[in-house]
Amino acid sequence: MSPRRMSRVALTATIGAVLVVSAACGSGGTGQATNTSSSSSSPPSSSSQSSQSPTQSESSTGSETSSQSSSATESGSAGSSWTVPAGMPKAKLTILFGSSGTAETDALKAATADWAKQTGSTVEVTPASNLDQQLAQGFSSNTPPDLFYMDPSKLGTYAKAGNLWAYGDQLPNKADFYPALVKSFTYNGQLYCAPKDQSTLALWINTADWTAAGLTDSDIPTTWDQLDAVAKKLSTGGRVGLSISPTRDRVDAFFVQNGGYLVNDDGTQATVNSAQNIQALTFVKKMLTDGAMKWSSDLNTGWGGEAFGTNKAAMTIEGPWMFGALHSDYPTIKYKIVPLPAGPTGTQGTLVFTNCWAISAASKNHDQALNLVEYLTQPSVEMGFAKAFGVIPSVQSAQAEYLQQFPDNKVFVDGIAYAKGVVSAPGVTNVLADFDSQLGSLATGDPKTILDSVQTNLKSALGGS
Amino acid sequence: MSTKSGIRGREGLAGWLFIAPVVIILGLFLLLPILVAIWVSVSDWGGKGSPLGAGYVGATNYEALLVKPGLAQLNLATSLRNNLYYVILVVPIQTVLALFLATILNARRLKGKGFFRTAFYFPSVTSSVAIVTVFLFMFTGAGVVNQILGWVGIHGPNWFNDPRGVLRLALSELNLVNPDSPPGWLTNHGFLGLAWWDWLSGPSVAMCALIILAVWTTGGTFMLMFLAALQDVPDDVLEAATVDGATRWQIFRSVTLPALRPTLFLVITLGLIGTWQVFDQIYLTGGGGPGKTTLTPAYLSYSAAFNDFKWGQGAAIAFILFAIIVVMTIIQRLVMRERRTLPRRRRFPVSGGAR
Repeated sequence: MSPRRMSRVALTATIGAVLVVSAACGSGGTGQATNTSSSSSSPPSSSSQSSQSPTQSESSTGSETSSQSSSATESGSAGSSWTVPAGMPKAKLTILFGSSGTAETDALKAATADWAKQTGSTVEVTPASNLDQQLAQGFSSNTPPDLFYMDPSKLGTYAKAGNLWAYGDQLPNKADFYPALVKSFTYNGQLYCAPKDQSTLALWINTADWTAAGLTDSDIPTTWDQLDAVAKKLSTGGRVGLSISPTRDRVDAFFVQNGGYLVNDDGTQATVNSAQNIQALTFVKKMLTDGAMKWSSDLNTGWGGEAFGTNKAAMTIEGPWMFGALHSDYPTIKYKIVPLPAGPTGTQGTLVFTNCWAISAASKNHDQALNLVEYLTQPSVEMGFAKAFGVIPSVQSAQAEYLQQFPDNKVFVDGIAYAKGVVSAPGVTNVLADFDSQLGSLATGDPKTILDSVQTNLKSALGGS
Repeated sequence: MSTKSGIRGREGLAGWLFIAPVVIILGLFLLLPILVAIWVSVSDWGGKGSPLGAGYVGATNYEALLVKPGLAQLNLATSLRNNLYYVILVVPIQTVLALFLATILNARRLKGKGFFRTAFYFPSVTSSVAIVTVFLFMFTGAGVVNQILGWVGIHGPNWFNDPRGVLRLALSELNLVNPDSPPGWLTNHGFLGLAWWDWLSGPSVAMCALIILAVWTTGGTFMLMFLAALQDVPDDVLEAATVDGATRWQIFRSVTLPALRPTLFLVITLGLIGTWQVFDQIYLTGGGGPGKTTLTPAYLSYSAAFNDFKWGQGAAIAFILFAIIVVMTIIQRLVMRERRTLPRRRRFPVSGGAR
């Protein structure tokens, strides 16, 4: 009896071990079981709302996509920096990317098909269900996609592991990218990849609530005190004045407005617990405790845009991806977009989110991949993407045409001049995730304690690079 | 025995031949991954190419997790705390619930037995993704659960966004502690970089929702195991007990329960392993939020490897988790050891004291 049961213990323990180990071991196959669910996971939690996920894209009709592709074709012949080098061998390229929806997938397919037609190569475009995980599997098996979307927070980690080909200096249009974006993708003094688009944060105001509260255009807040004051005025009838997602991707903007940030200018030193940042976080806490502001999660909403769209909040801080969400989900909301207010130091500040066209170090088609990136970052092609799924071009030469087509987005384009990008150092993601988790309890926590602990963690992450 | 020659000499070879497929499959898919994972946990593999070419770093990964103060240690401690509360609550509740349901279903005079059996077992065969998604909606601040609580005058919490620990809530409700100024002897000392004050916070409200989910989904599976075992309890023994004048409770306590002991052991072991490895619920509810109070070691291992590219640390967490599960199972084995009943073999003289 006893030995039999003993073997049962051993058996069950072994099964347990296999399950545990396979969850962690990339080479084990069983860990994949969870993959299938990842596409449906898109949690209502806020942190996934970065630039590459403009939730629902504004206009996703096929006609626009095709007009985009035709405009892209025209541009190939119209004088631009992109050319096909003589004798470039044909190649089969693969692109893995986190798609915001069919509009983006279709637009990218059309644009790459145009490039393929003109170069004789082929391009396989695959929307990822879980970009990080699929990339990790590609890197470990030495078969990564040639090109993939990468957000700056991954730059340090991927670059340090030797997964990226730093091709930035070979880009003929390197000077055309906005400096803040170039900075976002520079690691150890090298530009690793070409930014593909950009989004900045601005203040969204519900104009109906605004006028109902007796406010006029002259009341639009330009300082924190004014922001607090109007938010208090707008907090009536079960509605809160301002609601933002409880994440550093919103709160950090207040640091920038006070002349501070998580890191110093060249990104080598952690400056999380600077006096400016403590003051900024204390202000955010004050807005939370005096009822002028609430986290979107406290309003039973997934992100600031939902709180704004359902009119549980009269103002929010979000980026241009809101256009799509408001258009498709909350078409009745009337809104106005203004720059974020400045802090006590009078500094204008916002955050910029972006993605880049990363090329794998292990790719065998570096030349062709680089040529494709040059093609895709032409002003005309980027404008096509802007029309198809609402992103803002990453090249300055497209700015004039963009503003002419989308005058509403001026505030976002202007923001790039004074915006700070996401911190990109190896191992920084879990430090930022920890910051996020602490922000959730800011209302009852001490800003200095929170920032001190993040400072310690970020310092060790930066020091270990 | 292989040196034995003669008529049975080639039996060994044939035996190996017959089990070769299993040996190869197990070696390839079980032994090899484990060995590689052991290697990864002591290497600095960055996820590029084969892990075999990575550098050996000794116990650095384990050190960062267990000894060195820092975020890695804090995360592990937090995840262990969360999972410990999860295990402590889920395993007993689901075992008792499963046993209770099985006993009811085993009653001879119950009508519609098939229906109830299916109904109770249904959550176990439903995809956990679907269940978690439904729970996410049910447990929102304005969800069904809170509506129902509202009928009886309870203002329900915003379940999946509420990081407050329930133990701490209860204590402050009773005015035993003040959450704004916790006692210094709890905050100044700790274990694994986490203050005792945080260890003792109890499961968060969000974790409680996951605990309810786990009990609800796995209760049915274990109920089925108990039901099978209950049907094996010999009727004559039960009848004998009745004739002896035992009450129903006495029969359950002294006849049925001892007969179920092997199944009880299996259910608790499977429960322990399953709860220590909880992953998909965490993955689907957003990866450990709110305030890291639903972070578990299994998810931490995944995110350390796939999100932070700290593969060594991820593998090390997996082995720490493995060690915990083995230790827990051994403890449980010791606790549930049969003491008073005389094993059949003892009736005969046995040499030595080994059981």
